[in-house]
Amino acid sequence: MSISGKSTWRPGEFVIEWILRVCSSLSVVTTLGIIAVLSIESVLFFEEVPVSRLLFDTEWTPLFLDKHFGIWPLLAGTLLTSAIALSFAVPAGLIIAIYVSEYASEGVRKVLKPVLELLAGIPTIVYGYFALLFITPMLQVIFPEMGSFNALSAGIAMGIMILPMMASLSEDAIYTVPRSLREGAYALGASKLQMIFGAVLPGAVGGITAAMILSAARAVGETMIVAIAAGQQPLLHLNPLQPVETMTAYIVQVSLGDTPHGTLEYHTLFAVAMMLFLLTMTLNIISLAIRERSKRMYR
Amino acid sequence: MEATSTTQTLSPGAGAFSTAKKRPLLAHPMTEKAFIFFARGIISVALLTLIALIADVAIDGYERLTWNFFTAFPSRKAENAGILAAWTGSLWLLLLTITIALPVGVGAAVYLEEYGSKGPFTKLVELCIANLAGVPSVIYGILGLQVFVRSLGFERSLLSGALTLALLALPIIIMASREALRTVPKGYREGALALGATRWQTTRTQVLPVAIPGIATGCILAFSRAIGETAPLITLGALTYVAQVPNSVFSPFTALPIQAFNWLSRPQPEFHTNAAAAITVLLAFMIMLNLLAIIIRAKYQTRQR
Amino acid sequence: MSNAKILPTESTQSNQEQKETMSDGGRAVSQRPKENKITISNVELFYGAYKALHGISLTIPAREVTAFIGPSGCGKSTLLRSINRMNDLIDGVTLTGSIYIDNEDIYAPHIDLIELRKKVGMVFQKSNPFPKSIFDNVAYGPRIHGLRDKDYIDETVRKSLMRADLWREVKDRLHTSALDLSGGQQQRLCIARALAVNPDVLLMDEPASALDPRSTSKIEDLIGELRNDYTIVIVTHNMQQAARVSDTTAFFYEGRVIEHGVTKELFTKPVEKQTEDYITGRFG
Repeated sequence: MSISGKSTWRPGEFVIEWILRVCSSLSVVTTLGIIAVLSIESVLFFEEVPVSRLLFDTEWTPLFLDKHFGIWPLLAGTLLTSAIALSFAVPAGLIIAIYVSEYASEGVRKVLKPVLELLAGIPTIVYGYFALLFITPMLQVIFPEMGSFNALSAGIAMGIMILPMMASLSEDAIYTVPRSLREGAYALGASKLQMIFGAVLPGAVGGITAAMILSAARAVGETMIVAIAAGQQPLLHLNPLQPVETMTAYIVQVSLGDTPHGTLEYHTLFAVAMMLFLLTMTLNIISLAIRERSKRMYR
Repeated sequence: MEATSTTQTLSPGAGAFSTAKKRPLLAHPMTEKAFIFFARGIISVALLTLIALIADVAIDGYERLTWNFFTAFPSRKAENAGILAAWTGSLWLLLLTITIALPVGVGAAVYLEEYGSKGPFTKLVELCIANLAGVPSVIYGILGLQVFVRSLGFERSLLSGALTLALLALPIIIMASREALRTVPKGYREGALALGATRWQTTRTQVLPVAIPGIATGCILAFSRAIGETAPLITLGALTYVAQVPNSVFSPFTALPIQAFNWLSRPQPEFHTNAAAAITVLLAFMIMLNLLAIIIRAKYQTRQR
Repeated sequence: MSNAKILPTESTQSNQEQKETMSDGGRAVSQRPKENKITISNVELFYGAYKALHGISLTIPAREVTAFIGPSGCGKSTLLRSINRMNDLIDGVTLTGSIYIDNEDIYAPHIDLIELRKKVGMVFQKSNPFPKSIFDNVAYGPRIHGLRDKDYIDETVRKSLMRADLWREVKDRLHTSALDLSGGQQQRLCIARALAVNPDVLLMDEPASALDPRSTSKIEDLIGELRNDYTIVIVTHNMQQAARVSDTTAFFYEGRVIEHGVTKELFTKPVEKQTEDYITGRFG
């Protein structure tokens, strides 16, 4: 009955552990793959088009004969639709989160959670359809001058899409606020709403900020809704009733066209994707850092 | 505001505990009632939107949901066009994506929960997963285009599509599986290890059986999302006109959301009806998957008590 | 050679193991009353930067019951979990010094954790039967160690349950879920499960702390029956229990062994002031 390990070498265990390790390292490989693919092709783009042309031009027409590479129209389109979406989703999501965590009964919560999950799982093409053929016609009653492609409808649909995520992330953040904080507020004679606004929300502010940033990243990266309902005209303006083209919609536009591999037009795909990736990754990392910090606060 | 309330409660006589007449806004019972009313209103609007969303599409597409719609290939005439290539393509994609992503995702989760220590490798992997979960799906399409379609030479095939969707679903699968593994009581692991079970024996015989319902629930939701994805497949260059049922992983393919998008981007309203019908089919399928996940979760929760 | 141990003699595997056990240095001198099974020397253990054990040295005699007592957080459970290296599972734990079992340093690099844990069984504070049938719980150990012979497994399960004094209560429902047993039965099932692997040493981490008095006394009786065949180390915060079941006792305080000796003597005439204070209930 020796406990010495020489006689009991277990190759199976070793192999399995390595297989599992390879599985988990795939996320690192994917991340590196994305960065590599985007960088390599973007470099080809920037060899022909200096960064200054991106920053100091106000037109984006790489698919035309007279090529302009000003990124501002795409950026403005992205920011406009995202801002519309967030201005709906953030307050509504926050109120739902407060209600669900502080007021709703167990039964309501049990029904609401799967419904929010379902809402979050609906394919974005459905929201696109809804924006184009339901929201836009409704809004045209109010704004008769509005075209069938516009930033407002797309933004509203995107807001509906983001709402479940904003609500459930905020609820998680509110949930982590320790009971002692609530009791402390009550002990001072606070009403429930005073307790919520004076103790719970300030206590959860880190998590809620993180939720907002993550929602913003989601909005910036959303593709189908804007590709369907916001149009494909890269115009530099901030009028929600006018069509806009977002970075993601441009990627779809190029992908659908028969752009030959290796041309400058083809490389714009990667340059735009690179900027999109950097933008969303920055938002993600900020959100992650805030969440980590606020988690540590209550440990 | 605060100051008035303090002086009022501190002032003797006049019923210190009775409801004071002048209260700060947030302390007023009416404010709370208004808040609750408002919150319920928002939730109702959200739920009504969900219903409107589904009803709008279903009503628009209902007339096109005939047998012929399921058995016909796309056509230039809207009323003759069908989704045979699209739904078979979606089904293939789903099965292939599950085959690829499920073992890898659960394996990664098992490694991180059961094997990994808090070393730098685990930290790096966790950071990458958290980051990948937030990468827009359209970027995955570009990755797939460059790696699977071009570099590996899989062309615009089902395999390229499934690999891309698998990468997209992996972070969600890993996170959901880890969550499920974390709910397995520590005692099961300790008990098995103390009897001389190896790591893998402990995982296979004690941990995974307990975690499987949770893993299944999370994975079903992840796959139902993957199958509804449009953007990555478009970027990948999936074709919008396919008149054949796929017969191998290297077949060219289309899928329900792509077909719907294609019809939706045409100007004629008859094609919008087709799009609505295709979306209805997609939604019905997804709602079924969601229900399945809810049923598994409910069953599992009751058995645990 | 104690024939009360669980291995059925008809199995070839058990014959081989018996031969090995006999050739083992420890067994050959089993007549001698005091023979050391486990030697702990100068063990220091850190959770990250926090030092939980300060230079602990102890000898644990074979086939006797040794009790670790002391107030909570004194390191007694930590030391117990070092004897089958369960602490390896916790991130950031480092251990210096050495623990010998049968003259083998279990922290030496060539040690096989699996073989170590087969030899050193453990029963936990909170009973942890697997969510399987009673039979499968007890058969789990033999099965994962590669035994497939059905008759042999049946026999091992029966004998283990008998040794754990559970057989009469469960023999008619071996294939029902172990989770339906009472708390005391579950804990005896966990003991039976540990015995089925045929260990030399049994580590018990407050095995009765979550049980009612009747179940507790059953567990204590069981320990009394097992003492002749197994080296038992029990952690308890119940001093009466230590006095009832153990031959030797070690008193722990703040990560150190304050006093160690024959139980009766330690409880009647403790040498150290702290020991006296603790056993007379002045603190802890």
